[in-house]
Amino acid sequence: MHRVSRLLVCALLAGAALPARAEVFDAETFTLDNGLQVVVVTNRLAPVVTNMIWYRVGAADDPVGHSGLAHYLEHLMFLGTEAHPEGDLLEIVARNGGQQNAFTSWDYTAYHQSIAVDRLPLMLELEADRMRDLSVDDARALVERDVVMQERLERIDNDPAGRLGEQMMAALYQNYPYGTPIIGWEQEVAELDPAVARDVLDRWYVPNNAIVVVAGDIDAETLRPLVEATYGTIPAGPDPQRHRVSEPPQFAPRLVALSHRDVQQDEWLRYYLAPGYITSDDAVTPYALQVLNDLFGGSLTSRLYRNLVVEQEVAVGAGSFYSAGTVGPSQFGLYATPRDGVSLEDLGQAMDAEIQRLLTEGVTEEEVAAARDRLQIDAIYARDSVGGAARMVGAALAIGMSLDEVQAWPDRIAAVTVDDVMAAARQVLDANQSVTGWLQRDGDAPHLASGGSAPVIPGVIQ
Amino acid sequence: MSPWRPMLARSGVVAALAIVCVLALRPIAPAAATEVVRVVSPGGIEAWLVEAHAVPVIALSASFAGGNGSDPAELAGLANLTSYLLDEGAGDLDSATFQQREADTGTRMWFRDGQDRFAVNLRTTTEYADDAFELLHLALTAPRFDAVPVERMRAAVLADIRDNVGNPAWFTWRAFYDLAYPDHPYRQPSRGTVATVNAITPDDLHAFVERTFTRDTLVIGVAGDITPDELGRRLDEVFGDLPAAGSQTVLPDQAPGAAGTRVLIEREGAQSQLLMVQTGIARDDPDYYAALVLDHIMGGGSMTSRLTREVRQTRGLTYGIFSGLYDYEATRQWVIAASMTPSSVPEAIDATLAEVSRLRDEGVTQEELDDAITYLTGSFPLALSTTGDIADILEGMQVYDLGIDYLDEHNHRIAAVTLDQVNRVAHERLTPDAMTILVAGPAVDGFTPDVVMNGQELQARELATEPTL
Repeated sequence: MHRVSRLLVCALLAGAALPARAEVFDAETFTLDNGLQVVVVTNRLAPVVTNMIWYRVGAADDPVGHSGLAHYLEHLMFLGTEAHPEGDLLEIVARNGGQQNAFTSWDYTAYHQSIAVDRLPLMLELEADRMRDLSVDDARALVERDVVMQERLERIDNDPAGRLGEQMMAALYQNYPYGTPIIGWEQEVAELDPAVARDVLDRWYVPNNAIVVVAGDIDAETLRPLVEATYGTIPAGPDPQRHRVSEPPQFAPRLVALSHRDVQQDEWLRYYLAPGYITSDDAVTPYALQVLNDLFGGSLTSRLYRNLVVEQEVAVGAGSFYSAGTVGPSQFGLYATPRDGVSLEDLGQAMDAEIQRLLTEGVTEEEVAAARDRLQIDAIYARDSVGGAARMVGAALAIGMSLDEVQAWPDRIAAVTVDDVMAAARQVLDANQSVTGWLQRDGDAPHLASGGSAPVIPGVIQ
Repeated sequence: MSPWRPMLARSGVVAALAIVCVLALRPIAPAAATEVVRVVSPGGIEAWLVEAHAVPVIALSASFAGGNGSDPAELAGLANLTSYLLDEGAGDLDSATFQQREADTGTRMWFRDGQDRFAVNLRTTTEYADDAFELLHLALTAPRFDAVPVERMRAAVLADIRDNVGNPAWFTWRAFYDLAYPDHPYRQPSRGTVATVNAITPDDLHAFVERTFTRDTLVIGVAGDITPDELGRRLDEVFGDLPAAGSQTVLPDQAPGAAGTRVLIEREGAQSQLLMVQTGIARDDPDYYAALVLDHIMGGGSMTSRLTREVRQTRGLTYGIFSGLYDYEATRQWVIAASMTPSSVPEAIDATLAEVSRLRDEGVTQEELDDAITYLTGSFPLALSTTGDIADILEGMQVYDLGIDYLDEHNHRIAAVTLDQVNRVAHERLTPDAMTILVAGPAVDGFTPDVVMNGQELQARELATEPTL
């Protein structure tokens, strides 16, 4: 096992942002009269399906002062309806051999079950039921708020890496709501109001703001009557509109240095603002950034690992990450774990030298071709997972991409040139629109005395 | 040391949106009804295969007896360091060349040291299968352990050790193994300590490979786009020139000690970590399936368990509370774990013990049993939804000697569990009064420990450059 930065583990577990290729996945789509979009991804490996419903509302749509609301609603959605009071919903799925869960991101909220294909009609009925109705008494809703607070403690407050990530996002976004944590700020989580959560349900959980994705042992012809009999009976609501503020130009690099008694191993991170599928001014850059990510920091043969870990021996792990799948401005990220005895400042300088070399010397035709090939192989592996395919297609549609755009992914990647990669690199790798994060041992006071170029923002150092 | 150490595919450095789920996720259990074929190569090597040709991907999961539990005390972490180094140069290929071929062919290869076995995983597309199997053959039979990559991976392991000792769950598991297995090799940290990892030489690594990678303890599961004939040929190519037999350490069997002891590992933290352990039940115990059903009802992995209802749904004390049965070569554990605000620790312990006692004294209802059986049998196929999952299960079936018909047999065994059996097992095997209860967090009123350990001292011991264990 090679080392993967612990700071990235959450992202890995949450599901890789692998590319979705509709033709590869054998996806079909149709839309009901009430506006509900349905996608079917056939995979006959086992007689099971993954059933998902995606709502185009997430934490970045939380009203000011109610951060964590979309995620709180996600929890409440398991607590019962008029027809299926608490316990019922959980027990029905379990009794039928199903597994279920849900997740919330900044841009969407999704609910899913994996279950034997003959139980799918029941799952569609349960999901359609809770789209219309939530019947939870306030006392129970407040106990669930305590659960959410424990979740926050576990993910963020009791994990220095989680807390650094939260602080960095807050520093990266100066106006856009991705700076607010999905789970919510502690003091606002403590005040979350079940009535306000119900308003989100009424306004945003309507068929015309949802996408159903069913993957596995099923096809569109079989599925269509099933969804018509369930979701099809729900009337459309007024089209909800996301009102997102925009991110202004940025003019200064930021450094967030977090020291904590629980940290024994330092980590170095950087996030740059980067365009995604939705915010990019052109159709090429998000794909060029995926190629850049692969060749610069996507594997153990990429530049960062080869140069910082193998050649210079200043790090034990180094790489990059990028996801194009966001409604708002996304991030291109870099990370490195210093070898014992190497300071974060020195490691950052080595990283900056690599970036400088990339920008001045460029990339080769061979590097770009190899990266394009590796990404195409990733798409083959992606077909092997029933649940993975559903997630990839659903996430793309939930941010506003069309299935055709998803389908064009392999062609778009294949078309990326050296010039595209360099144009994307120059656009994104600008220190003035970045945040650098230091996770360091307690007592390693942030010290920038010797030529530290990035200013420290008061108030984000702990 | 924790059985929950996450397994990460090495190629997995990818980004995704931070995503928050409604329930703490827990790994799910195996399998379903698919045809399993026993393939024996011309050279006599056996593998179990599920053919699936829809996607051009092949998954192989294999393992050898001998994991980190058998590391010599002064070289603790040997199996783990080996797992980092097998694809860092082998045969005529130096580290850089090996890595480049792996990357260019999309070969995904990783190695993992368990407590008792050393696992080998390969994923390849059909197109690059020749390269992938050749690389695996080299990694297993001719790893080079060149000085430069050894030092690079040693540095990576040391970073992992430093990283790991900050993890809240690490404290409870560390203390548990100290107290429950004081004289047993299992006590050694699976990654080793800074001192023991620094002591490992390339000769030690070669010796580990020689005594561990042998055909007598090898089991292999394969799934995906490959025929039995082709697999037979591949098996000889990859594993054919491994030695027939090696020398495995036989570990003394030992029930976990420190029964009934309450332990506080003092440390600051926004949450305390709770771990409760009692003796478990072996896979080959006649009561195993009844215990599995009982564990499912108690706290094993669904949203409807009694502990989830009591501690999370009713009281809102935790994001997740789980129970599980762990069967190792030399010991068996039944484990409950959760995290919560420090002041809630006494209430969480009381509620948990009360529920375990109620199960022991009153048993479960017929309805609970029926629900558990329908869940455990109905969800069985879900874990077969990728070729990698299937290969893993085929490998596990051989390790635990479950029989080649297990994918069909599993549901029969679960469905045959009766109410009397579950309630007898609950009565005989649940021991709420003899649980080792470990809390890592600040001292709080209402939790009176028998043993107090200092979190920083535990960390310091692991990080010391001189041996202290």
